[in-house]
Amino acid sequence: MKRPIIAAVAALSFGSAAQADTLVVLAPDYFASSWGPGPAIKEGFEARCACVLEFRTGDVLPRLMLDGARLEADAVIGLGTEELLRARQTGLFAPHGQDLAPLTVPVPWEDAQFIPFNWSYVAFVYDKTRLETPPASFAELLDRADISLVWQDPRSSGAGLALMLWVDQLYGEEATAIWQNLAAKTVTVTAGWSEAYGMFTNGEADMVLSYTTSPAYHIMAEDDDTKAAAIFEEGHYFIAEAAGVLAGAAQPDLARDFMAYILSPEFQGMIATANWSYPSALPQADWPEVFRDLPLPERAIFLDEDTADARRSPALAHWLDGMTR
Amino acid sequence: MSARTARHAALALGGAVGAWLVVLNFGALGAVAWWADGPSALRGADWAAVRFTLWQALLSAALSLLLAVPIARALARRQFAGRGLLITLMGAPFILPSLVAVLGLLAVFGRGGLVNQGLGALGWGQFNIFGLHGVVLAHVFYNLPLATRILLQGWAAIPAERFRLAASLGFGPQASFRQLEWPMLRDMAPGAFLVIFLICLTSFSVALTLGGGPRATTVELAIYQAFRFDFDMGRAAVLALVQFGLCAAAGVLAWRVALPSALGGGMDRPVQRYDMGGAALRLWDSALIAGGALFLMLPLALVALRGLPHVAGLPPEVWHSAARSLFVAIGATGVTLAMALALAHAVLALGGKGGAVLEWLGLAALAASPLVVGTGLYLLIRPFANPRDLALVVTLLVNAAMALPFALRLILPALRAVRDTQGRLADSLGLHGLARLRIVTLPRLRRPLGFAAGLTAALSMGDLGVIMLFAEREGATLPMQLYRLMTAYRLDDAAGAAVVLLGASLALFWACDTWGRGHAKA
Repeated sequence: MKRPIIAAVAALSFGSAAQADTLVVLAPDYFASSWGPGPAIKEGFEARCACVLEFRTGDVLPRLMLDGARLEADAVIGLGTEELLRARQTGLFAPHGQDLAPLTVPVPWEDAQFIPFNWSYVAFVYDKTRLETPPASFAELLDRADISLVWQDPRSSGAGLALMLWVDQLYGEEATAIWQNLAAKTVTVTAGWSEAYGMFTNGEADMVLSYTTSPAYHIMAEDDDTKAAAIFEEGHYFIAEAAGVLAGAAQPDLARDFMAYILSPEFQGMIATANWSYPSALPQADWPEVFRDLPLPERAIFLDEDTADARRSPALAHWLDGMTR
Repeated sequence: MSARTARHAALALGGAVGAWLVVLNFGALGAVAWWADGPSALRGADWAAVRFTLWQALLSAALSLLLAVPIARALARRQFAGRGLLITLMGAPFILPSLVAVLGLLAVFGRGGLVNQGLGALGWGQFNIFGLHGVVLAHVFYNLPLATRILLQGWAAIPAERFRLAASLGFGPQASFRQLEWPMLRDMAPGAFLVIFLICLTSFSVALTLGGGPRATTVELAIYQAFRFDFDMGRAAVLALVQFGLCAAAGVLAWRVALPSALGGGMDRPVQRYDMGGAALRLWDSALIAGGALFLMLPLALVALRGLPHVAGLPPEVWHSAARSLFVAIGATGVTLAMALALAHAVLALGGKGGAVLEWLGLAALAASPLVVGTGLYLLIRPFANPRDLALVVTLLVNAAMALPFALRLILPALRAVRDTQGRLADSLGLHGLARLRIVTLPRLRRPLGFAAGLTAALSMGDLGVIMLFAEREGATLPMQLYRLMTAYRLDDAAGAAVVLLGASLALFWACDTWGRGHAKA
């Protein structure tokens, strides 16, 4: 109860809140919702910046592309790795001005404009009570006729796109046959993650395309350790979400302070349990115990954005061909 | 008010509604095309999507209507305790958000669902719901209630005097069907078919999920892909135009098939049926009603059972957004009814081709891609105001336009009947304008108005399509909150929120519909 009173006193003594500088950050809807990481980040940053942090929510990349230079925001958070090239091409971003040495992501990340704030691997998550021996490799998954899958369409979902590029990296020109194989195991392909995950928890499929960090939610929030991610020998596709400073920012200094905050231990310490993903700049030893205990893939597979962009169309052609044959 | 001014007022108001619909549907599309620097060519996969979309929409609409005719007929001629409640509950699938409806259907027909548990217990093979038949099943589940209700309105509109005359001529059930019910169906069914066909035309998530994958790609998904995967807004605009083209073609076709029933007017007596047949027919009707009710209500019951235990523990944000959604729903209902009444009067006043074009415009919103409309409105509003300040108002207006086709479909035939049966008397009494609306028209439109209001309110509770681009954290509607909960892995809370959504939609629908049915037997 104390904090609102202090805030009220502060507001009275320093005049209206409108006089304090306001940092406006464009974020995805999930991020700023009560159950996303937004509220804790807002509180943490405001405690150190003597400013007001305001999240504007919406579909981030379409908003960047439609609004262009008229976008009334100082910074953006929550761009998926698959969206970074398009976001960069809008020309709306300024250098973030941070030293990226603290990053602990498993892929090289040198980027003057975008800073990852979380990361994870896409993986097939299963229920231990329904699938006793999960496949230990992608190759084994292909050989197992007893497993049913539900996953997301690469045309409408970031995770689905990651799976498509994952298969493309592992199998290249043979991908059509791989998709044909997977099609036979596939219960259905959904538009978004929510539908697929809902179907999986209702028992419609043995495995669902999600993230290696998904089981942490069930363990920590629901005290349920029956969910696990199958770790494949070949390695897993890496995904992250990033933040950046807008060149047209009305508060460029605050925006860069926010970038520095993203790399701070305080911010990083909140990501695991608020975002159910790995923090991007925190040594493994400082992760919550449940996250430390999650099995990690040996190898990260990741295409730089130009390569990923070049592979999109041929990989989609293989996917469509294999899935509809 | 003279007859002349009344006609001019009807044309002016209807014209204003028509102009707004043009802006909403084609202005939005134009804004997207203009932003994209013109159209771009479609690909082979897009045409495959068009073919699949047409095929599944045709099948779904035909099957929904084929099943609705005997069910509505059974409901129309039988009286039993709880009939009104059953009719309300049977309407529920239509107002459910697609995500919830799919999970409900899977609880019955999915791998671990009741049907497969039953088959397993009998030692029989598995039923696989995924495929074209799954898409059609889901669309029938969604639209059978709508078809049944539209046809029930048709049955209720057959004057009681005709049934008395039929009875005095010794008509049995078959003769009654030929002479009374078939002409009514020729009048009502094409419109119902058209509406359902259009609903299925813009299906996206349901079709993909139950279709089992990319084989079940619809035009709406192709639009989504053009937007989000290829960032080709020009192609998105062309695809949206193709969708309107299909809508126009279907509209022309439906009008060619539809025949005015020419059953004439009556004295608004309560209908008494004499063509009830014997015990076999009663058994047949009971089986139809029970079967239909089971098919439509079992998935809903499972959704409710899954979510009910979690309603009490729902976070306060869910209740706040429920209140916000109620505001949107009630506002949209008022706007829709006003638009539908104005448009229907103008269609009748204009008559001929002009009337037909206006009527088509009222239906066109059904074929509009929510993604294109949302993006287009965003582009149109931005030069004048901050779209986020208008998020709820835009949602309200778009929901109203999306519900207008249903309201128009229900109100227009009823208004036409009022004109044909009461028009000459009202004219000879010099009753025009508002007085005529109040004394002659509205009392006779009460039933379709109530039903249309219920549909609009319930549909607006569940709609998600347009708001996402405008979405603001503080302005979340209940369906948005449901998706947020799912994205945060809170599946139990999401199930609870789904029950709140279902309950609120049903309550709104029931309240309006009950008002509409008044004391009359529907």
